Amino acid sequence: MVLAESGFSSPRNDAFPAGLRVLVVDDDPTWLKILEKMLKKCSYEVTTCCLAREALNLLRERKDGYDIVISDVNMPDMDGFKLLEHVGLEMDLPVIMMSVDGETSRVMKGVQHGACDYLLKPIRMKELRNIWQHVFRKKIHEVRDIESLEGFESIQMTRSGYDLFDDGHFLSGDDTTSGRKRKDADNKHDDRELSDPSSTKKARVVWTVDLHQKFVKAVNQIGFDKVGPKKILDLMNVPWLTRENVASHLQKYRLYLSRLQKESDIKNSFIGMKHSDLPSKDSTASFGPHKAMNMIPDDVPNSTYSFSASNSQAQNVDLKGQGDLKGITSAPMAEPKGALSVDIRDSHEAKSTQMSFDHSLGSVDSAVSFASFNSTTPLQYPWTEIPEIQFKQECESLHLENGFSQLPLPGPSMIENEANRSRIEVKPLLDDCRSNFVEHLGPVGAEDLFPIQSKSQSLNNQVFDLISATKSSMKTQDVGLNYLADSEFALRNLNASGVGVPLATVSEDLQICWLQGDCYPMNYGLQDLECSTYDNPALMAETPFHLYDVLRFDHEHLFDPAEYYAIDQGLFA
Amino acid sequence: MDVVNQLQRQFIDYSASLHREGFLDDQFTQLQKLQDDNSPDFVVEVASLFFEDCEKLINNMARALEQQQGVDFKQVDASVHQLKGSSSSIGAMRVKDVCIAFRSFCEAQNREGCLRCLQQVTHEYSLLKNKLQTLFRLQQQILAAGGSIPVVE
Repeated sequence: MVLAESGFSSPRNDAFPAGLRVLVVDDDPTWLKILEKMLKKCSYEVTTCCLAREALNLLRERKDGYDIVISDVNMPDMDGFKLLEHVGLEMDLPVIMMSVDGETSRVMKGVQHGACDYLLKPIRMKELRNIWQHVFRKKIHEVRDIESLEGFESIQMTRSGYDLFDDGHFLSGDDTTSGRKRKDADNKHDDRELSDPSSTKKARVVWTVDLHQKFVKAVNQIGFDKVGPKKILDLMNVPWLTRENVASHLQKYRLYLSRLQKESDIKNSFIGMKHSDLPSKDSTASFGPHKAMNMIPDDVPNSTYSFSASNSQAQNVDLKGQGDLKGITSAPMAEPKGALSVDIRDSHEAKSTQMSFDHSLGSVDSAVSFASFNSTTPLQYPWTEIPEIQFKQECESLHLENGFSQLPLPGPSMIENEANRSRIEVKPLLDDCRSNFVEHLGPVGAEDLFPIQSKSQSLNNQVFDLISATKSSMKTQDVGLNYLADSEFALRNLNASGVGVPLATVSEDLQICWLQGDCYPMNYGLQDLECSTYDNPALMAETPFHLYDVLRFDHEHLFDPAEYYAIDQGLFA
Repeated sequence: MDVVNQLQRQFIDYSASLHREGFLDDQFTQLQKLQDDNSPDFVVEVASLFFEDCEKLINNMARALEQQQGVDFKQVDASVHQLKGSSSSIGAMRVKDVCIAFRSFCEAQNREGCLRCLQQVTHEYSLLKNKLQTLFRLQQQILAAGGSIPVVE
């Protein structure tokens, strides 16, 4: 693998687009070599990667280290679309998809997931020569997103930048002035690296969990319909964040949510289809949800994914159960709009058939077991073990077994310890988790992704033992909260890896369940929101808002339900 | 110099025939153009990577198709798809064409059809490998004789 220089933001000394820093991700070694050569011929700076999670690692480690990502669609450790999503949401980089398959549906999917271009293999030099346009375009659009006068001024700068373009100094010019201006306007730059004024790169905001929580919280408070970057920014109260940062993140958030809605519709029909397949097959993970779905009675509006502002639905759910998961489960349920909701409901029914685990967790257990069944890959990591797991993991090949064998050992005791720690003590872990989150999301996830259907039972049992241990050790509310936060990180980790949709969805519900189990009422005035996950207010009577946001974050970022569901189905076709 | 000329002519003719018979397409020419002083063995290296990958994928397919208890056609299809992508990287047209047919059989879950395609793909791959090795040998001979490799358009 060819590495670019080790510094952070590397100013390009040559005229743009020369020196464009490209990250190429492709599991095909032949293509990787060819693309590297081709990109070098374009005078670009190339880094190659054959694994998606490795790519995510690289991107997270060097947050401003790349200008554009080119990725193949079909990769063994992570679906290219998944990677695309991650990169778009976390790093806000333009991503180009590649494939030998040029089917319209695939291309459409790429665009839906946010790809700025879709190239068909074999790729020609001239196509690669032009990829700089996507970097340029993004820059311009980000500038345009600014609503304030400052934004207007930036645009003015951009316009003058246009004049300079022919000199090839455009980017530097624009970034210099606007970058400087932004720096003057902002007080702090906590999470993002400061690009020095002469750098040609605008510092990228990394949307950490924490930051995204604030974002979602603000969106919720305002009301999704009335939301706007300025309002969000004001509510978020993050000094160094700019309106343009918020605006572009909001755009992506909206795209993501609308895509989920579409997929939930697809999923509905899918669920109908799957009805017939059920229980006689072996109890591999994927069958869990199907089975569960079968058991869904027909009328509760269960809309984890039901996006469309369903006020009525939300209200219905509210009416159904005031935060009592069990209550909801037993109530008659409507045809779920998405597997997510289905999962929650069905976990209870599915419980008996699925795993033997510590029933002291009650509803949580159901959800957890269901989670394991839902995932196309087994839950591999104890929820709170994120930092350890990440460090333990090999980045090379998929060593699921190895990873697993490491799990149980430190697990139970560690979790117990963590849970028993005081709030203050646990906090640093949370912070670590947060800071690690971005970095380690990849590796943990990527290894998760292989659909190992037949493996789950023992592994899951281990995980659940850990979870049980953790839960039982949770005494105080504070500890619980911390634990939940940790768990969220862990869950997020799992989700981030792109573990099948069902897992992600379930994990979200799982968290909800956990919250239920912990008697954390979730208070969520979410009726206004068009977010799918918000449609289970009943499930969460009053969770601390930020925790729920974390769930959302998780949900939003981490998977593509329809996709994984389809994979699921495909495996059993 | 006469030797070099002869060899070069041989090389050109052989290249042309490979293109004509559909073993290689324009992509191979592109690869040759990419080769430069920085990477003088670029084409040979790429070809080696391709052969390795090919063998691995063919083995995967064979194993998957051998499963008595039930062939995982999704897995076979995935391997075929990979092979298709790989073959497009060096311009292995005939291999790629077999892959296209192969995928239809996978979709139809037709084991017999898949096995036939597997045979075909293996055959095409071996043919191509031999021919490329001959071509590379010619290249070596030209270089050894002090000449340069002509680029065949």
